[in-house]
Amino acid sequence: MSTLLEVSGVSVSFDGFRAINNLSFRIGNAELRAVIGPNGAGKTTFMDIITGKTRPDEGRVIWGEKSVSLLRLSEAAIAQMGIGRKFQKPTVFEDQTVQENLLMALKNTRGWLGVLFYHPTATDLQKVDDLATEIGLWQELTRKSGELSHGQKQWLEIGMLLAQEPRLLLVDEPAAGMSPQEREHTTDLLVQAARTRAVVVVEHDMEFVRRLNCKVTVLHEGSVLAEGSLDHVTSNQDVIDVYLGR
Amino acid sequence: MDRSFVARNPSVLVFLALLSLFTLVVTVLSEGFGIGVISTSFVKTLGKTLCLCLIAVAMDLVWGFTGILSLGHFAFFGLGGYMIGMWLMYERTRLIVVDAMSQAEIPPTPSEVVDAIGSQIFGVVGSSEFPLVWAFADSLALQLMLVVLVPGLLALVFGWLAFRSRVTGVYLSILTQAMTLALALYLFQNDSGLRGNNGLSGLQNLPGVTAAQDIVSIWFLWASALALGLGYLLAAWIVAGKFGSVIRGIRDNEARVRFLGYSVEVYKLAVFTLTACLAAIAGALYYPQAGIINPEEMAPIASIYLAVWVAIGGRGRLYGAVIGAAFVSLLSTWFTGGQAPDIPLGFYTIKWVDWWQVLLGGSFVLVTLFAPQGIGGLFDLWSNRRHPDRHGANLGPDAGSLREKEATQ
Repeated sequence: MSTLLEVSGVSVSFDGFRAINNLSFRIGNAELRAVIGPNGAGKTTFMDIITGKTRPDEGRVIWGEKSVSLLRLSEAAIAQMGIGRKFQKPTVFEDQTVQENLLMALKNTRGWLGVLFYHPTATDLQKVDDLATEIGLWQELTRKSGELSHGQKQWLEIGMLLAQEPRLLLVDEPAAGMSPQEREHTTDLLVQAARTRAVVVVEHDMEFVRRLNCKVTVLHEGSVLAEGSLDHVTSNQDVIDVYLGR
Repeated sequence: MDRSFVARNPSVLVFLALLSLFTLVVTVLSEGFGIGVISTSFVKTLGKTLCLCLIAVAMDLVWGFTGILSLGHFAFFGLGGYMIGMWLMYERTRLIVVDAMSQAEIPPTPSEVVDAIGSQIFGVVGSSEFPLVWAFADSLALQLMLVVLVPGLLALVFGWLAFRSRVTGVYLSILTQAMTLALALYLFQNDSGLRGNNGLSGLQNLPGVTAAQDIVSIWFLWASALALGLGYLLAAWIVAGKFGSVIRGIRDNEARVRFLGYSVEVYKLAVFTLTACLAAIAGALYYPQAGIINPEEMAPIASIYLAVWVAIGGRGRLYGAVIGAAFVSLLSTWFTGGQAPDIPLGFYTIKWVDWWQVLLGGSFVLVTLFAPQGIGGLFDLWSNRRHPDRHGANLGPDAGSLREKEATQ
């Protein structure tokens, strides 16, 4: 399988604390991957490095067929290359309607002049309708997203992520605060999304990871401790010691 | 979504209708064109108020919609005024000089004329040489372009440096204020080339126009109303579309906008520069009505007043900014003009000329604390729009984000 993203030998320290220590990671074009690890293992910093929020002290982050280095690009440029990110806490634009949120996320020109003269086409509106149906918010299109329930906001954010049509989806704890039914729906969405693109899910909840049924990467103290199927990593003695044993 | 812009924003049509009605009524009641109920000086006050409403619309765009609390937009307003003032002063002085010299036996050479204009204009600061900044002062077309270009370029360079370094919130406000102060202090110097603290004067006299001030004041009222109407329409169009969506996103949560792939800095720079140009146009229409401009006008306090107007009128809604600017500045004229009756308390008499500032400061504090939606919020009561119950949470994590009471459902 061809590689979409390759992170190699990346380290970053904050005031002497090594949050990421010689981390290497790669993911293919259409792959679902779960990243687990105890608190402080560096999961969020790992995502920050890929999305350009944090610059690593050393190492390389290589993207796509043309092997572009992401280290010199701004957050916006990285997002435009096709990396979408969902935050742990649902962050939607609360003063705007569901439709406005989705239209803003929809893959289109990001330049200010193009946006200024943008008028949604019938295709765009249809795409928004389809997405809203998929995430179960079709009836809420004209409501301000601040009025939605916590689970609905999580979904709206997933919908916005899908609207961006990214090639790589980084999802931070998607199931947090969801009911069992909502979790199931979320699992389906992620598995389905991973058929056409790479999806990295950072998750605490082992049950949720099991249902994703995919390769798992275990992070510990800023580097990869183990990698493989869930059964493989959970039988690894190191993993049991640092994570599951507690 | 498919309906036209005006159908989606009926408030724009209402605003334009009210503005036209206001202009018509003032014209009919004026001394120049109507029955003379309103004095020419009050027509000028109203015309100036329209210009202040225009800069308030610009301020609302940059603060209320993009979340950048700029305390420097009056610098752009003043610069716009200086740019048009330079031509007005040059041309009027030239006409006087040419007229005076035509009496002489030998016709003056062009350089003699320029020298004479120079010593007329710069005599007060002990100079007669034209500084470099006056290079285009003889051309109305060029100075009109500079009205937009000079403040626009300043905003572009300043904004690029500030936004690129990701300065936000209070620090950005302080930075904009420092820029304003630096500009005002520079202009106060006699060798700045713009007559130091004397400023430019006699701007109410249009060169080559023989019409009296009661006519000219109405022309400026019309021009100011037209500029306000077009500026309002432009601002409403900008915030109604996807661009408006993006800048409101920047106001409430700029990190999220960045991860959607929008270059936040470019958007901020575009809004900052555009509003600086709007402010400059407002200034270029204001100062010919005021008749005089000096660096005092650009002192940081003016830009703070601007924020107060927008806050009292209601941030994040364009008509709120207009109402705030008109209401507060007209009230201010009334109180400081000595028309408000003093209140004798027996042991002390409240003179409004002294106490107006205290009243204004107090109402600003009260509005910010108890009614952040401002005067514009009254329209919500009338149209029965409710505020969301968010238990005090703002609508986003950023410093400039919309507050619970400013939001509507």
